[in-house]
Amino acid sequence: MDLNYSADELAFRDEVRSFLDKNLSSALSEKVRLGKRLSKADLEEWHATLNRRGWLAVNWPVEHGGTGWNAVYRHIFEEELCLAHAPRTIPFGLSMLAPVLLKFGSKAQQDHFLPRILDGTDWWCQGYSEPQAGSDLASLKTRAVRDGDQYVVNGQKTWTTLGQHADWIFCLVRTDPAAKAQEGISFLLIDMKTPGVTVRPITLIDGGQEVNEVFFEDVRVPVGNLVGEENKGWTYAKYLLTHERTNIAGVGFSTAALAHLKDICGKQTSGGKSLLANPYFAGRVAQIEIDLMAMATTNLRMIAKAAAGQAPGAESSMLKIKGTEIRQAINDLTRRAVGRYAMPFVSEALDSGANAQGVGPEYAAAASPSYFNNRKLSIFGGSNEIQRNIISKAILGL
Amino acid sequence: MDFNHSDERRMLQETLHRYLSDNYGVEQRAASVAHSQGYSEKVWGDFAELGVIGALFEEADGGFGGSGFDIAVVFEELGRFACVEPLMASGVMAGRLLSALGSDEQKALIGDVIAGQLKVVPALEEPQSRYDLDAVETTAEQVDGGYRLNGTKSVVMGGPSADKLIVSARCADGLMLFVLDANANGVERYSYPNLDGYHASDVALVNVEVRSTAVLGASEAVLPALEAARAAGVTALCAEAVGAMEAAKDLTAEYLRVRTQFGRALGKFQALQHRMSTVLIEIEQARSALINVAGHLSAEPFLRDKHVSAAKNLIGRVAQLVCEESIQLHGGIGMTEEYALGHHAKRLMMIDHQLGDVDYHLERFVGVMQSEAAQERA
Repeated sequence: MDLNYSADELAFRDEVRSFLDKNLSSALSEKVRLGKRLSKADLEEWHATLNRRGWLAVNWPVEHGGTGWNAVYRHIFEEELCLAHAPRTIPFGLSMLAPVLLKFGSKAQQDHFLPRILDGTDWWCQGYSEPQAGSDLASLKTRAVRDGDQYVVNGQKTWTTLGQHADWIFCLVRTDPAAKAQEGISFLLIDMKTPGVTVRPITLIDGGQEVNEVFFEDVRVPVGNLVGEENKGWTYAKYLLTHERTNIAGVGFSTAALAHLKDICGKQTSGGKSLLANPYFAGRVAQIEIDLMAMATTNLRMIAKAAAGQAPGAESSMLKIKGTEIRQAINDLTRRAVGRYAMPFVSEALDSGANAQGVGPEYAAAASPSYFNNRKLSIFGGSNEIQRNIISKAILGL
Repeated sequence: MDFNHSDERRMLQETLHRYLSDNYGVEQRAASVAHSQGYSEKVWGDFAELGVIGALFEEADGGFGGSGFDIAVVFEELGRFACVEPLMASGVMAGRLLSALGSDEQKALIGDVIAGQLKVVPALEEPQSRYDLDAVETTAEQVDGGYRLNGTKSVVMGGPSADKLIVSARCADGLMLFVLDANANGVERYSYPNLDGYHASDVALVNVEVRSTAVLGASEAVLPALEAARAAGVTALCAEAVGAMEAAKDLTAEYLRVRTQFGRALGKFQALQHRMSTVLIEIEQARSALINVAGHLSAEPFLRDKHVSAAKNLIGRVAQLVCEESIQLHGGIGMTEEYALGHHAKRLMMIDHQLGDVDYHLERFVGVMQSEAAQERA
């Protein structure tokens, strides 16, 4: 038993820190720290910065332009980025589509799409959920009918994150309606500029528009855009969903958010004293820190297993549940911490580069919107209820 | 023992319920939210005509209610429809202060408030005061024939539509209240919407000159009157929360009945049934806490404030449970702005940030508990 990083790992961590010091602008990290909405340009700029250093595709093999890092290195990297308040990288192309293409895609698809993900030519979004297919994803109805060397796609996807920026969407479509639910699904790549594709933004209760509905009306897609075999899409989708995700626990996000919360506590007063001097509030913060310390170690235990070549299974469901509960609890405390300034909502003041005048301290503006936005953490990526089902079935054998 | 409302109150509740059903749908609500002052003149006029404002005042003030249960029935309905009109600010808190402390001239304002002609709004809290009503840094300096006020009031609910403000300030003699014109020289309002659709203002007071007749009440009477006004305000907020909880619960239960996944209604999954049952149990707790505080609004201050803190703490906790569970049980659809659930969920959380949150009232309740223990020892 050794709870410490090796010398090599520590040296790597220093290297990451020094890179961030030089390459992450304070303007960008301030936006992240204060919970502002990042523009497309902000996100593209950060992708380009990481790509120049060769650190964008952390989970790709070296021959395709990835880092080839093991799970420990990836964890160190992700944690340092979070602590420095770097923008998150957009996962749809990098860590969702790419692993599927690397494992099941044709050489032509790999050669065409992977470099374009790296250099930012293509922004990808995910076409999984549908209005009637949420937790029960396999009940999806979007239809693709073969017509010569094309598929004709009709249907609707929803909750498509940042679809308004996307050039391409990877979709689960039904190609055999007669087959059992999971067996008639295919994995299709669709150019968002194809006639018949319509994107409609959805405004969420935090006032932001990060998700969309995507409609397909007689959209013609070349058969060359089918990944792997027809009707085998569910296998690929499951591979994507259970593909090793070291960051699913969000330890870095929580650690950074907790530091931000303590910073706010130092500035907020209660009865003339710092909020951290208030035993009621301090107790709440301490409770979360205690939970987070333990979860960080649970996370490292899983990572060590993954680095040793053991594929994580249902354990990632555990990390997802505990990780999102802790992140949501920190959001909750941040909202409480700012007191009555949790109420004002000047939406424009949250936009990247906005000049609109906010209300109260700058750190207060995003407190309630973030609390409400992050209700999504326990809903998306397989709701926490679905994760509990997985645990009861796969670990407990119930 | 009788836990039924009187016939008059039931009629008031039914009248308001019918009115809001017919006139406060998603679109009408959106219009009030989008209004630059955060309310609809039409709705406000109708509230006056229906006697909804008058129900918040005692007969001696020209109203026909004013008890804790009158406040409760009105605000439960407002909460059920996610109503954003600034009735609590003007009708409850300011009304109580004018009634308790006002000169004849100041009390005469109440008639105009009841008639819907005038909005008087308390501007008490400040950037540093958090939830304390006596942490006042605004200053009142005595000048010839009156006072000069300087300071900042923050997140003044109903501020944008206020005709008059009741401002707290500290002078050599202690804490004072002043009634002043919201458009007086030196009063600068920065107005904005809140996340839940209500509107508020930050108010800067820069060398605002008021005459001595603007003073509201004697200095030693100010703090007790503020506590009494807060008790009434908390009663209103708790009732509004209970209404919002009922609405969120109804929407969620209905969604569980109609939404099908894995070949059956979500409501047939036992894990979700149990969570919904917990929500129901806790809402009944919240309703009882509301009855407790409404029933003790006229009790002596120590007992009254014990119930104020108990209710605001308990209802704040239940509000969070109802907000989070109703969103989670809906899934993504519960997070969309165009669906009514989100309006209730946001209001439920923002109520915790008015007049003291869960922790603030827990701390106050502990104070009550400790002095009770000390009395018993003595």
